[in-house]
Amino acid sequence: MLNNKGRVTRPQESADDLVEAQDSYSGHKGLLMNEPLLFEVGGLDKTGVDLPECAEAETMLGGLERVDEIGLPGLSEPEAVRHYVRLSQQNYAIDSGFYPLGSCTMKHNPRLNEKMARLPGFTDIHPLQPQSSVQGALQLMDELSHWLLELTGMDSIALSPKAGAHGELCGMMAIKAALEAANSSRDIVLVPESAHGTNPATAAQLGFKVASIPADADGTVRASAVQTAIEENGAESIAGIMLTNPNTCGLFEREIKAIADAVHEAGGYFYCDGANFNAIMGRIRPGDLGVDAMHFNLHKTFSTPHGGGGPGSGPVVLSERLSAFAPIPFLQKSDHGLTLVENLNDAEEDSQAQPFGRLTAFHGQMGMYVRALSYILSHGLDGLAQASGDAVLNANYIRARLKDLLNQPFGDQACMHEVLFDESSLADSGVTTLDIAKRLIDEGFHPMTIYFPLVCKGAMLIEPTESESQASIDLFVETLASLIKEAIAGENEEAFHQAPVHTPRRRLDETAAARKPILRYESSTN
Amino acid sequence: MRYLPHTEHTRRAMLDTIGVASIEELFEQAGAPLALPPTSLPPHKSEMEVEQHLSKLSGMNRAAGDGAFFVGCGAYRHHVPASVDHLIQRSEFLTSYTPYQPEISQGTLQYLFEFQTQVANLLGSEIANASLYDGSTGCGEAVLMAHRITRRKKALLSGNLHPHYAGVVKTLSHMSSFLVEQSEVIAGQSATTDLIAKIDDETSCVVVQTPDVFGSLYDLREIAEAAQAKGALLIAVVTEVVSLGAIKAPGDMGADIVIAEGQSIGNGLNFGGPYLGLFACRQKYVRQMPGRVCGETVDADGKRGFVLTLSTREQHIRREKATSNICTNSGLCCLAFSIHMTLLGELGLKKLAKLNHSKAVQLSKALSSIEGVEVLNQSFFNEFTIRLNKPAEPIVESLARKNILAGVPASRLWPDRAELDNLLMLAATETVSDTHIDDLCAGLKEALDA
Repeated sequence: MLNNKGRVTRPQESADDLVEAQDSYSGHKGLLMNEPLLFEVGGLDKTGVDLPECAEAETMLGGLERVDEIGLPGLSEPEAVRHYVRLSQQNYAIDSGFYPLGSCTMKHNPRLNEKMARLPGFTDIHPLQPQSSVQGALQLMDELSHWLLELTGMDSIALSPKAGAHGELCGMMAIKAALEAANSSRDIVLVPESAHGTNPATAAQLGFKVASIPADADGTVRASAVQTAIEENGAESIAGIMLTNPNTCGLFEREIKAIADAVHEAGGYFYCDGANFNAIMGRIRPGDLGVDAMHFNLHKTFSTPHGGGGPGSGPVVLSERLSAFAPIPFLQKSDHGLTLVENLNDAEEDSQAQPFGRLTAFHGQMGMYVRALSYILSHGLDGLAQASGDAVLNANYIRARLKDLLNQPFGDQACMHEVLFDESSLADSGVTTLDIAKRLIDEGFHPMTIYFPLVCKGAMLIEPTESESQASIDLFVETLASLIKEAIAGENEEAFHQAPVHTPRRRLDETAAARKPILRYESSTN
Repeated sequence: MRYLPHTEHTRRAMLDTIGVASIEELFEQAGAPLALPPTSLPPHKSEMEVEQHLSKLSGMNRAAGDGAFFVGCGAYRHHVPASVDHLIQRSEFLTSYTPYQPEISQGTLQYLFEFQTQVANLLGSEIANASLYDGSTGCGEAVLMAHRITRRKKALLSGNLHPHYAGVVKTLSHMSSFLVEQSEVIAGQSATTDLIAKIDDETSCVVVQTPDVFGSLYDLREIAEAAQAKGALLIAVVTEVVSLGAIKAPGDMGADIVIAEGQSIGNGLNFGGPYLGLFACRQKYVRQMPGRVCGETVDADGKRGFVLTLSTREQHIRREKATSNICTNSGLCCLAFSIHMTLLGELGLKKLAKLNHSKAVQLSKALSSIEGVEVLNQSFFNEFTIRLNKPAEPIVESLARKNILAGVPASRLWPDRAELDNLLMLAATETVSDTHIDDLCAGLKEALDA
């Protein structure tokens, strides 16, 4: 097959001629570009920024001029663009494929949000310019607060926490402040075994003692187990409980109201980890379940971008009992408009407020508030309820399609927005959860969350979110099913251990990385 | 609803596969009590309507670019090259998450490794982590880290540390039953006598900001020696990292831990967030360092690659014994920082710093010629403090009504210290023009004469 210039227009048909892909001379492989480190391609004498000239003027630097070489190589703009575009191409992303990372809610990130967050009236305003000049920003914070309070049925809100774990810290500090105000020495916090690691870490940071509560055979916490823990530790020492609902196994805590009652009766507070709020938004209000404090992860539930691991945003809602103990700053309405109360002394003028202090400089993650409100307004109450419904539908659809192949550690039962399997059906196959995850990478998927929660062996936690179509989920389910069948049949075990092979890098040696940490570039000539 | 792929037809088919009649039945089976009380929350809006509403709110704010602007004190307006924002919006950066699967996250991991190297070099320290939430939370974490290393409980803060940073340290310390002591506030001077005198055998760390909240610069060597002689660590705080293109790095002057707010490079003002906390320290403290860290390793073929490492310090492994409860870093803000820093390079950063300093010198000269204005600083980078002959806050308000954002009155940060009421802190970056300075001086003269 030749065109009229002699150029071959079809691939050669003889399979005998196919050769194994070899390492290339250039280091690149087709569309996959190898990219050296900035420090290997940049130059100390290079820059990609043209700045206005400035005349030599007198200096006021107090004799502290930096004269030594700093070690910051530069690139021209085209080189920099290519460097970062090539790096980006080595990442998997929601925009390119199915990303069912359990507990992380990898939903679509609408681009309208990005456009709105870049409006000059939001991105180009300073946290310390006069409040009279930022009334629109304060109104945006107030509107977002209204939505978050209405959706949860709670009493007040602290917007400033910078991420989910920071929100946990905020909520538990509010509890500690309330206990201090009552001269209480309660210091035990109950935490279920399935909790995120941040829960016990937060409680411990604040000087609380962590008492672990076991889950029942169905994967949820029994009110009777909480009651037993309260009695064992003494009701007078219970500061509260930290419970995730839906929990990290994707199950709704059926006895949540009775658990709340038991903790309240003992005199403690109920902190709810809201990481999984996506399952219930617009349908169930934590405030109606007895929750005293709960954080949101705006980057999970309300679609602010995950950004390779941040920035997050973790507003906290508080019940009437804890309302007075929010941190500064907080919003106040007056005749002149909205005011942000920034100082403890200003707060005292309001006799109700007993803020526990400040969690961060300034007012929190404004850029994320804009994106979250853009998402919320786009959905409206009906859209949010449909989104949580679709998220639950998708997870149960995956459960229904895989339940005969994979074991659910707590039996086959309706789940919420994510479904948990373990690796018991792979027993004796020589293939592990890790191997399955790495094969999924070769199949073009981001794996589910693996080995979390810690309550079963070889956990596979699958969270599809509402953003996936049936066709997308079907392809994932069928691929995963084929891999499981292949593993159980004992075929190709080596291919599982070798995977992934179609990636910029193969499996990486994490042990070596931790044993002798190399955390920065050192020139080989040093 | 434009963000939801399902049709009623696909929902029905999927419900049939599951074997339930409705989504509500699934909630019921899962034991989740559906009971949303009546609410006034509105239904969904079109993209156009959302855009109109949010644009209206945006339009009610006075953006920094709308005229004369001299506000600093921990957040600074710099020009960010267009390519930075374009690159961070690449889908693969914007919509990926924590690199849990390193084989398909080398893009994120490599830029974090490059970022850590840039930060360590900029701050003059041996190693850096992959960032914390912002400078102030980094400062709080640094104090907790110093307590772990020294096994002491008392932090000594410079009186000229940004009051919001001091507030974060005090809140964390109070909640964890640690102690905080603070030296006196001395506007416009890098006086350290009182600070050094307060260091004792129980001091775990001394926290010094340079340039400080009033803009003064510090030679840290004497404080470092004094602290280390008593077995305490020196924590240096930098809220304006562009300054490090012009002045000596804290790590090079003996600071054990260096914290910085990285917003100035690559990131907008954003009304206070998201920002990024730069965190660097001596290599020997690496296992006490909070937050995520990226390290170099090799893959199965022996090729260089990168992974998150030292996770045995972190909450998902250590739970209640973790070094901190931190889970995320400021990923995308780090990327913006790193790209902008790569575009600048050493050459560009030094030039940018020089330009900032020259603008501030120009501003200080113009202001000192006004009657009723006294420039307090003996040294500064791009920010300094003036004393007016009357309280600063009403003047700042009146200038704001004339579209001049004059700076931060000290009373905004210290509402209960009347002796600071006449002080005003002003920052001048490369974005300030001669016209802005003229506008400010004319407005200030008029306001002081009134």
